[in-house]
Amino acid sequence: MAKKRVVSIKLNGDPVEFLCEPRQTLLEVLRDTLDMTGTKEGCSNGNCGACTVLMDGRPVTSCLVLAVEAEGAEVRTVEGVACGSHLAPVQQAFLEGAALQCGICTPGFIMQTEALLAENPSPTEEQVRFYLAGNLCRCTGYDKIVRAVMCAADKRRAAMDD
Amino acid sequence: MSTNGKPKYKVIGTRPIRHDGVDKVTGRAKYGADIRLSGLLHGIVLRSPHAHARIVRIDTSRAEALAGVRAVVTAADIPPQGDRMVELGEGAVNMRHLSANVLAHDKVLYKGHAVAAVAADNVHIAEEACKLIDVEYEVLEPVLDVLKAMLPDAPVLNDDVRTDVMGGSPAASDRPTNVARQIIFTKGDVQAGFAAADVVLEREFRTGTVHQGYIEPHNATAMWNANGKVTVWMSTQGIFTARQQTAELMRIPVADVKVVPMEIGGGFGGKISVYLPPVAAALSKKTGRPVKVIMDRSAVFEATGPTPASYIKIKLGVTRDGMITAGDAYLAYEAGAFPGSPIGPGCMCVFSCYDFPNARVEGYDVCVNKPRSNAYRAPGSTNAAFAIETVVDEVCQQLGIDPADFRLKNGAKEGVRRVDGPVYSRIGMLETVEAIKASEHYQSKLAGPNQGRGIASGYWFNIGLKSAVTATVGYDGSVTLIEGSTDIGGSRTSIAMQLAETLGITAEQVTPSVVDTDSVGYTDVTGGSRVTFATGIAAIEAARDIQRQLVIRAAELWEVDPSTVTYVDGGVSGPDGKRMTFEELAHKLPETGGPVIGNGTSGKATQAGAFGTHCVDVEVDPETGKVQVLRYTVAQDVGTAIHPSYVEGQLQGGAVQGIGWALNEEYWYDDKGSMRNATYLDYRIPTCYDVPMIDTILVEVPDPQHPYGVRGVGEVPICPPPAAIANAIAAAAGVRMKQLPMSPPRIMSAIWERDAAK
Repeated sequence: MAKKRVVSIKLNGDPVEFLCEPRQTLLEVLRDTLDMTGTKEGCSNGNCGACTVLMDGRPVTSCLVLAVEAEGAEVRTVEGVACGSHLAPVQQAFLEGAALQCGICTPGFIMQTEALLAENPSPTEEQVRFYLAGNLCRCTGYDKIVRAVMCAADKRRAAMDD
Repeated sequence: MSTNGKPKYKVIGTRPIRHDGVDKVTGRAKYGADIRLSGLLHGIVLRSPHAHARIVRIDTSRAEALAGVRAVVTAADIPPQGDRMVELGEGAVNMRHLSANVLAHDKVLYKGHAVAAVAADNVHIAEEACKLIDVEYEVLEPVLDVLKAMLPDAPVLNDDVRTDVMGGSPAASDRPTNVARQIIFTKGDVQAGFAAADVVLEREFRTGTVHQGYIEPHNATAMWNANGKVTVWMSTQGIFTARQQTAELMRIPVADVKVVPMEIGGGFGGKISVYLPPVAAALSKKTGRPVKVIMDRSAVFEATGPTPASYIKIKLGVTRDGMITAGDAYLAYEAGAFPGSPIGPGCMCVFSCYDFPNARVEGYDVCVNKPRSNAYRAPGSTNAAFAIETVVDEVCQQLGIDPADFRLKNGAKEGVRRVDGPVYSRIGMLETVEAIKASEHYQSKLAGPNQGRGIASGYWFNIGLKSAVTATVGYDGSVTLIEGSTDIGGSRTSIAMQLAETLGITAEQVTPSVVDTDSVGYTDVTGGSRVTFATGIAAIEAARDIQRQLVIRAAELWEVDPSTVTYVDGGVSGPDGKRMTFEELAHKLPETGGPVIGNGTSGKATQAGAFGTHCVDVEVDPETGKVQVLRYTVAQDVGTAIHPSYVEGQLQGGAVQGIGWALNEEYWYDDKGSMRNATYLDYRIPTCYDVPMIDTILVEVPDPQHPYGVRGVGEVPICPPPAAIANAIAAAAGVRMKQLPMSPPRIMSAIWERDAAK
């Protein structure tokens, strides 16, 4: 076993330090060391998107990122999307639009949507489907997810106009 | 909606936000893998690299010697079962087979078959320890195809399997076989029926092995306590069947096992049978510490699920004016390693959408060296629907009959007797066809070349079964609802809404909780399209129990005879215009005797079942064979839609699973029986970029067996898509696809064959 390393990141706005083995993924550390179990593991090889988090604003599948690679990064997880007890527009849109059934893929979809809307505040349906194609959902058939993302975009723009 | 245009219900038919919603969009909901316990160890299962082999020897000593390893278990740590059949809620299960599937006894029967397991301080040590377990195998020839496995000289998987014959003369043989079961159903005079036909069409079909594909891998955490009591935390479709399976497998009293349901990340039938709880329990027993075991994705593909590959032959006789005269079906389904494919429902469903005056159905359950098959959304029905609905479409094409009209002429309705016996009560098959026929989609014109439209229908039972609900009235006018149905798709809310409707309160006043097996009455699995129906009835019964008790409390307060008080419109009414709302009366409960707790159960064995008809437009790329789904409409008889958003969600999700089955999904095996695509990258389920919006038409033909007319909606929508898409491909490209999935190489082969024949 290789020696453990100290890694410093900013997690949902707060500075965090942790010890990890070089072989541990960011996903494993988030869930098992830092107790942030909102980020889900579906496949461990980057194919399902359930573990998507934002690293310096960029969506990454945290199962493919080694924890040591996150040194100095700003990491955002599903736990950091709501502002206190106020849900973010995307969370509200998923709730109102019944865009989840079992909910295991939802954290990944929410993070990927956050990244999309930061990049492109007014995506078309085609753009939404393209950007979210790395996030698998087996329950909904995607219809209500895509609608919720479009609705979240509207909500965000309306909030910014206020 | 009632006929006068006024909504019949106050809560039913509305779309409240689900009770568990906030937890699920904020990451707070706890799924199986999210459990944290002090002293927790991590387990990893060692799996067979061979599809068929005898286990000569297992030596665990090197693994046990590794620092950080706390225990290693093999089948020797699971008590022997003998020849026992045990009723596990959805049918009797051979316990020796179930046990051998959990940890292989003397033989491994598929690649990925569990052989041993390690508990260690972390998963990395457990993984390393697995590599140190020495297993000596005597490799045997595998059999991977259903028809080959039926041949007399095929390698036999299980020495103890003989053909169980139902509805025919027993094939008296004491030889071990892969053919575990034969089913024969007959109705009328099949020969005379075919003689009366003007067109007789016979076609053969193949479907591939597919997986349920839930995003959350299987998991179980077990604690075997010093007092012999075992607690299991897991995501499961049925806490009570998981409890019973775990207890029976470990041969301890059912009462000594408690199953605590974690949130479940999809199931679709694949999270009913247990794999990990006995393994985690055995590891916990050896270590005295809680042990968590989680499968990785390749184990999920290679060792759980799948729904069977199949061979189906259909013969259909029809008169010139489009009336069915006879049908003959032969179905052979792969059971996987142990008997138990859904051949029964396959045989019951194959002709279920139509009124067949004469028919014969013959089915076989066949063991092959693939994972033990499990239920997948309307198990057995989709394979059958692909075959029959394709033949129906080809007959319509030959006779120049609109396929919707053919279904309206021949479709099943109340009073029709199915080939397997039962007579339909009020059903909505014809209504779903009418809805598609009248839809803007069906009436619209296709937009370009290489496009085609297809329709197909499907049927699935609703199984009813048993549920229990307890509801407690809070003094503030709230109600807590306790249920045992794990919530996979919003059922907490659909159950709470039925209780709220009955009590005349809002859905938000009800707080539903799914609790462990020690805390609620026996409840069958979340499956069989049963929860909103059966647990719904239990919730309605609990609400009626509350009503009865509130009437007595009100009578006491008013000092009148209880017979003069009625519960109506969300409150109690008594003589001389006396009236209290539910909330007002709730506030007075402390002074009239304290808590009011309502209990309700449901134990109906069957329901009418439900039908769906789908319409799809596709475009076939003549250069690559790629099929793009352009437009999709689902019409389904949903009885009464309790929460329409989640009903639509079931229809949409089922349709897209069916699209995946139709176009992409299948296990690829090499000749050694090794699955070559055990990742989501290569076993390709639909992404949102592959599919369009899925339009839904909710046809509401209330089921008279439920107080509000609920029908189960979850399973039917997966049945029609493969056939509807095959029929659309036929219209677009002039090729009849006989094999699933209809992947680009197969489409191209069919196109080249078509061109060569010209």
